[in-house]
Amino acid sequence: MLYLAVMGACLLVTLPLEFVLGARVYRRPRRLLLTLLPVLIVFLTWDALAIHAGHWRYRRLTGVRIGDLPVEEIVFFLVIPVCTLLTFEAVRRLRPGWWPADSGYDASPTAGDGP
Amino acid sequence: MTYTAAALVGFGFAILLDLVVLRTKVLQRKGFWAAYAIVLVFQLLVNGILTGQRLVVYDPQAVLGGAGPRLLGDWRIAYAPVEDLLFGFSLVVQTVAWWVWWERRARRARTSAGTNTASRRVDPTVARRSSTR
Repeated sequence: MLYLAVMGACLLVTLPLEFVLGARVYRRPRRLLLTLLPVLIVFLTWDALAIHAGHWRYRRLTGVRIGDLPVEEIVFFLVIPVCTLLTFEAVRRLRPGWWPADSGYDASPTAGDGP
Repeated sequence: MTYTAAALVGFGFAILLDLVVLRTKVLQRKGFWAAYAIVLVFQLLVNGILTGQRLVVYDPQAVLGGAGPRLLGDWRIAYAPVEDLLFGFSLVVQTVAWWVWWERRARRARTSAGTNTASRRVDPTVARRSSTR
């Protein structure tokens, strides 16, 4: 359970970024899903290959599996990208000047309220 | 292939994805590096727990250092193998690049829809191709 507890702590610690700093990551579920999908495909493949090659192995997991993969691994590759995006969006809200206007980015609070 | 080699491939892949494939170029933005610095601190902390508590164990044949998690030294940083830094970097860059790519795509579709009075509903793929940017 320690693994999942650590993942839960990550979500908890980053939650204020969404609701206090206005990161707007959870509130763009479609774009979040479309972002997580390619990342999940790449990293779950890497993870499966690495386990197969014996690069690393896991201990003291819950034993719950989705297909061949421990549920902890799937949770990891969902939680860490979400925390990353929350950090990224929070920095963007706090420091709009770090995203030059000509860069194709828009740091205004409603930027990219699309998918 | 060792984890060391795989981590280098993952590192290169993320850079290519951002700069060449998606051309999101988040690596050229100050804001990205500020966010990465924050993420890195928490990566060292979280990874430190997972490897320090031996929830994840590495094959010494696959990494630069030995099998034992050490706080620092023997190619370990906060108990995790140094390869994990490249792995984490790759994960962060790919995530942010896709996020920005989907945003840019949505904005281009909207801009195009705004100037094209003929159709309110524009196929995003068509809108992107016909965009002048």
